[in-house]
Amino acid sequence: MITAGIDCGAKNTKTVIMKDGKIIGKGEVLTGFDQNKAILACWDMALKEAGISEDQVEATCGTGSGKNAIKNVKSLVNDIKAMAKGAHYYFPNARTVADVGAEEGRAAKLDERGNPVDFAINEKCAAGAGAFIEAMGRALETPLEEMGPLALKSDKEIPMNAQCAIFAESEVVGLIHAKTSKQDISKAIHDAMASRIVSMIRRVGVNPDVVMLGGVGYNPGFVGAIKRELNLERIYIPEDPEYGMAVGAAVVAGEGT
Amino acid sequence: MTEEKKQEFWRWTESNWANPDMEWNKAKFITAGIDVGSVSSQAVVMADGEIFTYANMRTGSDSPNSARNALNFALKATDMPEDRIDYCVGTGYGRVNVPMADRSVTEIACHARGANFIYGPEVRTVLDVGGQDIKAIQCDEKGRVTNFLMNDKCAAGTGRGMEVFADLLGVPITEVGERSFQVKEEPQAVSSTCVVYAKSEATGLLRKGWTTEKVLAAYCRAMAERIYSLVERLGVEPAFAITGGMAKNMGVIDRLMPMIGLEPAKTKWDTQIAGAVGAALFGYALCQKGKGRKDTKREKQRMTSDK
Amino acid sequence: MLANYGYKDASGDFFITIDTDRCNGCGDCVTACPAHIFVVVDEDPNDPMREEPVAMVGADKNKKLKYECNPCKPTWDRPPLPCVEACKAGAISHSW
Repeated sequence: MITAGIDCGAKNTKTVIMKDGKIIGKGEVLTGFDQNKAILACWDMALKEAGISEDQVEATCGTGSGKNAIKNVKSLVNDIKAMAKGAHYYFPNARTVADVGAEEGRAAKLDERGNPVDFAINEKCAAGAGAFIEAMGRALETPLEEMGPLALKSDKEIPMNAQCAIFAESEVVGLIHAKTSKQDISKAIHDAMASRIVSMIRRVGVNPDVVMLGGVGYNPGFVGAIKRELNLERIYIPEDPEYGMAVGAAVVAGEGT
Repeated sequence: MTEEKKQEFWRWTESNWANPDMEWNKAKFITAGIDVGSVSSQAVVMADGEIFTYANMRTGSDSPNSARNALNFALKATDMPEDRIDYCVGTGYGRVNVPMADRSVTEIACHARGANFIYGPEVRTVLDVGGQDIKAIQCDEKGRVTNFLMNDKCAAGTGRGMEVFADLLGVPITEVGERSFQVKEEPQAVSSTCVVYAKSEATGLLRKGWTTEKVLAAYCRAMAERIYSLVERLGVEPAFAITGGMAKNMGVIDRLMPMIGLEPAKTKWDTQIAGAVGAALFGYALCQKGKGRKDTKREKQRMTSDK
Repeated sequence: MLANYGYKDASGDFFITIDTDRCNGCGDCVTACPAHIFVVVDEDPNDPMREEPVAMVGADKNKKLKYECNPCKPTWDRPPLPCVEACKAGAISHSW
């Protein structure tokens, strides 16, 4: 059976096409200011990679903050369920999942079938989402993909006072003026962010295995900070973590509810 | 891009003033209030609870010396020596950096007390929007705080949020008010709850062809909405007074007041000195209560010279 | 005086209110709170004319109140808050 999941996120729109439980095509496009355009573009991308035509897809499910812009699909599913099913797909032993998107951070407690039994959301505040690290990268004049590796070079612990991305930017500028090294600042940024995300995760309870989804999964500085804060040796991250919710949506499409 | 080359769109004018008719050497208690804010600092010197001199200047990056600079700037307009000051109260975000203070009091208490002085005893609600926070305060007829809340965690609605936009749009902060009304139709607000998201919304709007003025209007409205939600949460009782830097931003104030449904109280004084005025008044009250200066050597000197 | 500590941001409204007219500075809230949110001070910085000690939310906790209070506010259950229970004067309340 061929199913598809579309995740229309605040920053990126992702599509995943699955055949009999295996991922055969993926597409990702910047959402930008025209959601419809982005949805269609990444849909085409995924179809192309899968090497199939649109009518071969039997069921599609939409999710994400922009899910209402996704038309002509079998169903829409909320972010929490999509995230949970996605985590379960990759790691059937997952019992806790956290997904930090561009504008929102979410955590859920899962049962053995990947259903969310509890959840917490850090919504609409940039300090609890990917937007924070992005903004700090600009303040540090460092490209986003270098922020993580930079943080790994430091072992200092500098607590950040600001809990807001805007105030944190000024704080970073202050640290730069005080001649703090870029790597120490980067680590401080990741530690501060992880502290907030972990606080959210603790609300649903930390039960292994813990899975992390979302673009932040690519950031080793952030992952390291999360592990430290959770005091865990291992957290599980899929190969393309930003597709987590799209995968979950594709799974839901095949569940036939 | 270095700090020096970046155009500073958020600068405004500095000032000092002294009462030419006041004879400070006839006063029983001379007290000073110094308010060190994240953006601006004020020093007010009072003689028996009446304003003798004051100064208002930018804090800048020299925060540890702002208190000293502000007090010097105020005294510069007079012939009074600093050691004549009997009690000094420090307040503001940087109140730990007022080395000459005998006591430190929060802006909450000082703004209520200061508003009571500069606006009058009918004031019951004070709104202070500073560089990094929003304070909503209820007080009684004596300027004593009865209820307050402060938000200094989130930039939405604060002066810093306004600076971010002034920078983004290349509009000097002093022009924000006027230019935000140069629109054919008042637009809807951008995100009022987060400056980061408001900024990305604004970028999209500019791309769509909105004029600078229209985007400015949308953000001023967002600021007003955010401030209003905090003020409303506390509850508003007339008379209503606004202190702090934001009081001068008509782009926000003129959109906020219809939401509140009141006319703001008026004063002849510079609204930015409210905190320092309150601080100086607390100094006066503490002197009258016999608290005296912690510097006992100074106290002994005064006692012996008072023959 | 109703002292509202905490903040409101895009994710919600998080204030702890201490009614200082009821508070006598006994410090029971300080010991009860597992996150060490409260402190008792001799001179109330919000009320310089007050003679009694008073409880407040520590300045370092104020901006992180949502996170600091999380241990007592899990998603699945809501047992009575230790600070509210400990205060015999009934001076403490939470907005969330």
